[in-house]
Amino acid sequence: MATAVITAPLKRDEALIEEFGYDDHFHEHHHGDKYQSNFISHYIFSMDHKMIAKQFLITGMFWAIIGAVMSLIFRMQLGFPEESLAWLQPLLGKWITVNAEGVGTLAQDFYYALVTMHGTILVFFVLTAGLSGTFSNLLIPLMIGARDMASPLLNMLSYWFFFVSGTIMFASLFLSTGPFAGGWVAYPPLSALPQAMDGSGAGMTLWTISLVLLVVSLLLGGINYITTVLNLRTKGMSMWRLPLPIWAFFVTAILGLLSFPVLTSAFFLLMLDRGIGTSFYLSDIYIGGAALDHVGGSPILYQHLFWFLGHPEVYIIILPAFGIVSEVLAVNSRKPIFGYQAMVFSILAIAFLAFIVWAHHMFMSGINPFIANFFVIFTLIIAVPSAVKVFNWIATLYGGNIRYNPASLFAIGFVSMFISGGLTGIWLGNSALDIQLHDTYFVVAHFHIVMGVAAFFGMFAGIYHWFPKMYGRFMNGTLGKIHFWGTTIGAYCVFWPMHYLGMAGVPRRYYSFDSFQTFGHFDGMNKFITIAAILTFGFQLLFVINFFWSIWRGKKLTTKNPYQANTLEWTTPIEVGHGNWPGKLPTVQRWAYDYSKDGIDNISQMQPTMEGETTDH
Amino acid sequence: MSAIQTTADQQLAAVTRRSKLHPLKMVMYIGLGSLVMMFIALTSAYIVRRASGNWLEFSIPTIFYVNTLVILVSSLTLHAAYGAFKREAANAYKILLSLSFVLGIAFLVMQYLGWEELAAQGVPLKINPAGDFVYAISWLHALHVVGGLAALAVALVLAFVLKLRRTPARQLRLELTIIYWHFVDVLWIYLIVFLSLQR
Repeated sequence: MATAVITAPLKRDEALIEEFGYDDHFHEHHHGDKYQSNFISHYIFSMDHKMIAKQFLITGMFWAIIGAVMSLIFRMQLGFPEESLAWLQPLLGKWITVNAEGVGTLAQDFYYALVTMHGTILVFFVLTAGLSGTFSNLLIPLMIGARDMASPLLNMLSYWFFFVSGTIMFASLFLSTGPFAGGWVAYPPLSALPQAMDGSGAGMTLWTISLVLLVVSLLLGGINYITTVLNLRTKGMSMWRLPLPIWAFFVTAILGLLSFPVLTSAFFLLMLDRGIGTSFYLSDIYIGGAALDHVGGSPILYQHLFWFLGHPEVYIIILPAFGIVSEVLAVNSRKPIFGYQAMVFSILAIAFLAFIVWAHHMFMSGINPFIANFFVIFTLIIAVPSAVKVFNWIATLYGGNIRYNPASLFAIGFVSMFISGGLTGIWLGNSALDIQLHDTYFVVAHFHIVMGVAAFFGMFAGIYHWFPKMYGRFMNGTLGKIHFWGTTIGAYCVFWPMHYLGMAGVPRRYYSFDSFQTFGHFDGMNKFITIAAILTFGFQLLFVINFFWSIWRGKKLTTKNPYQANTLEWTTPIEVGHGNWPGKLPTVQRWAYDYSKDGIDNISQMQPTMEGETTDH
Repeated sequence: MSAIQTTADQQLAAVTRRSKLHPLKMVMYIGLGSLVMMFIALTSAYIVRRASGNWLEFSIPTIFYVNTLVILVSSLTLHAAYGAFKREAANAYKILLSLSFVLGIAFLVMQYLGWEELAAQGVPLKINPAGDFVYAISWLHALHVVGGLAALAVALVLAFVLKLRRTPARQLRLELTIIYWHFVDVLWIYLIVFLSLQR
């Protein structure tokens, strides 16, 4: 390294685009204006990928707040059952029952509805549609050097299907019988029999319609992401030169494309069971002493179909965060990402394994223990590519010239959360341990840390990092750091104690533990968790304020490339117009991670190999 | 005529020069991949459910087999229509396209008769999952045929309204329609073979 001597100075980005750029005559077609000619086509029915990304992000934030508030309400009931919730009556109305002494409690049915909706909203609306929809849309065209998505029309439809789906789910919250309350996994018979409980009627019908529309939205988006990555990369952008976020979004889309249709099939059969009385999932059920005429179905069949989506789904949530964190860590430690190819192969390995481990969600559903063994083995093997990734992130940080800004802090926090949550995954992957741990707070703690909090950390890292690209302004760094420390400490305070509850066998989803003396001494811990959850939520409000304040009042961007990053999105103008690059398209000469190479801080992807440069990449 | 064709070919070549496959065609193929997963899920569920017993044995109504021939022929006539489009033979194009559309409708009608026949031979809905699976799978397939017919209807209207000219945009639109129709055809062949073997 020290022997290399670079003779020529680095060229400016503009000069590189001018000299090596590819002229696709984009701006000669005079059709650019139809995309943003008036308010409606610019802000509402926009076909521009950057605007659609913002739409996904802000809709996702709306849902995140709704879902978080729901969790606070049921946590308050759980942590402080003897305190009055009567003050929530203006919001919740009849779902708060006030007794003779004036003490208000949450209706039991609605407690289950809140738990169900919290799961549905966070998993599907925030961490799937909101996370992947935002960053795939924003970054894929910008990072691969494309004018827009392969089909801007389908891309717009993808958002509006998401919007309609969300509207239907939101409407179901206001039904007099309440929204669906049978758990976010919607197992039959609670989901298949409209008379099973209040929420199983109209609530479940709207839930199903909403999720089918969401699947349409995700598929339209995913098809677009895959096609764009395969077909519209600029000259020189080979697959092995793709920045890691693009690899992650690409594989995420493939996962969704292969698994969401299976969920649709499961819902199709579920709808037939509900609507016309077939018996795919129902068998020999008595309600009120009377036998239903359903014969010969199997609820386990639904679980197989559901978890065939459900397990890839957790990687659909976490892979985009992997990609974002890899990029943010490399840029902010001023070092190449450690083991680029290993990172790509581990993403591919995780994606492959995701499809052959679904039954580890069903160890206690009565599947054959010998078959369970295979699922145990493949589940534990996922630890290998996951460990490769963690090692590489830490090795990227090691010896780096680290910049501590909110984005990099959240990326580092992501690695911490992923380790903490991943280790408990090794516990839960064992079918023998699962006998004790299944359906307890241990499971709740595991998946909240490893895919809930971790994915949120990836999302925050991405928002703080690419906010300047979205709005041309920075978010406030001090508020961002307060947000980071509050969230990190808060999240560990919420979820760490749950491991102990779970190991003691405290079951999840219970409304109250009054009748279990053995869990009596956990009252204090439950109170602690609730208080921590409320405080953590407060720090998220700080983030929301910072976000919207910064859109209009944040520090303005003065240079195109504020982080001295190598990737193509920072070669576009500060105010990115339709088509992304005003003139020629940039072409790519090298990979995205030449930081601190040969004594040069950063070398743009557009920079051809220079004289005297070491050529190991 | 040959001069026009050369220009059209050059325009097509210009469109597809940057990458071999047109992006919208790739969108179509990837979308079809996800539809395939939907039917793989249903047929897998069928196998799993069948293995756990309480499974009614019956034979698939003959009309379903005859119908396979109908949709197969509709694919062939549509392919011939594509040839007529490329030759800019307007009359042949209109006739063959109409014929394909009519055959598509005929397929749906005969599927309906097939369901009637299945019920008549003692396997109505809700008797046993074995029968319900046949209904569910063929309903979902019929729904996709309806989508294909909608696309064919658009092509048909355009064929009669517009003067036939082979432009890249129109050729691409027709090709997308044809790809989708061939897909519902091949999908039905897979389903009928699957249902007859997995008795």
